[in-house]
Amino acid sequence: MSALPRASELGLIACPVCGLVCRTVVGDERLDGDGIDDAMACPRCNTTLKRRKPNSYMRTWALLIAAFLLYIPANLLPIMRTASLNDIDDNTIISGVVELWVKGSPGLAVIVFTASIVVPMLKFFALSMLLVTSQRGSGWARVQRARLFRLVEFIGYWSMLDVFVVALLTALVRFSVLSRVEPLPGVIFFGLTVVLTMFASMSFDPRLIWDGRDTDD
Amino acid sequence: MFRRHQAHHRMGKASPTSLLICEQCDTVYRRRLLARGEVARCLRCTAELERHRPLSVNSLLALLLTAMIVFMQANIWPIVTLGLNGQYRATTLWGMIITMWQQDAQVVSVLAACTLFFFPMAKMLMMGWLLWFARSGRRAPGFVPLMVGLHRIGPWTMSEVFVLGALVAIVKAHTYFEVTADPGIYAYAALTLLITIFSGVDLRLLWDETAEPVQ
Repeated sequence: MSALPRASELGLIACPVCGLVCRTVVGDERLDGDGIDDAMACPRCNTTLKRRKPNSYMRTWALLIAAFLLYIPANLLPIMRTASLNDIDDNTIISGVVELWVKGSPGLAVIVFTASIVVPMLKFFALSMLLVTSQRGSGWARVQRARLFRLVEFIGYWSMLDVFVVALLTALVRFSVLSRVEPLPGVIFFGLTVVLTMFASMSFDPRLIWDGRDTDD
Repeated sequence: MFRRHQAHHRMGKASPTSLLICEQCDTVYRRRLLARGEVARCLRCTAELERHRPLSVNSLLALLLTAMIVFMQANIWPIVTLGLNGQYRATTLWGMIITMWQQDAQVVSVLAACTLFFFPMAKMLMMGWLLWFARSGRRAPGFVPLMVGLHRIGPWTMSEVFVLGALVAIVKAHTYFEVTADPGIYAYAALTLLITIFSGVDLRLLWDETAEPVQ
């Protein structure tokens, strides 16, 4: 046992909801189950106790791939239509960023670019990398990987920014034939992408980063 | 159910609050009292384990009440007004949600209604109820399901993202329209500030700070 004991080695388990530390039997297989047979419940809040989030790899991969599939139409399809008397203009996420940049708000363009493009891409790369390295039991850069996961969890929901921008502009720009903004399907795909990536990062268990062969403690 | 029952007994032996397990890497620590401003971090993965809560239950409740009032204002008052050739158009949060529904973007409408209205409101009401009873060290009726519910709502409130979104929308509209910021946007700004204060407070401390009802 290393200097920093881990709960599974001591026969302890932390409740994922209330944080209570509970004593278990070391090696009790029911605690590694898939969540259907809830063998043990937290005595304080009655949440089912598991050593790790059930089927973490499978669920996270599934949600991540689904999110990525939706992210393709989210970027290719226009998210918003601006219509005026003599002109109809369909905007994609990228064209919205470019427009902000050209019209003299480079600062906001950078923020929108970060929220809509950098953050989702970072989530796809970071979570895939974390999944692959953890599945291999890699001991590489564990502290940095743990930090990366916390970053992904923390910034994830900011991607919703563009969805709210489209919604607000749609509600505001309704000047009969003179000028109108309408949402287009891209924004729906984008909203769903954000929700699915949030579920993906929630279903990843960061403890798996530390579960492989112990090489660096 | 029988097996659940057994688990309860087996765990009776462990002292529940003397140990602490890092959620991010499963490392076990002996818990100690934190001084003002102190944050306990995991030695293995550097994640935050626990932080001292500088605000008393009463101050939290006062801040929460403020947040509720501001939230109500943010929802009732218009957020922005656009003008074009003498025509003016303002919207509130609910105006936005309803327009999105009518424009065949029901998914977005529901997302916005949940993350900007229902979840934040549920969170505040639940916190208010729990804190009200916690003032006298008691557990509110429904304490356990409400604490679990608060944990589940966790990251699904997005008012602060909406504020930034409103800012971006204003700048975008500014090129073509006359834009006037309405009181709602200021209420949202104040709300964001309060949310930031609350994000540093771990309400799970209420599990330890309130006594379980005597049976």
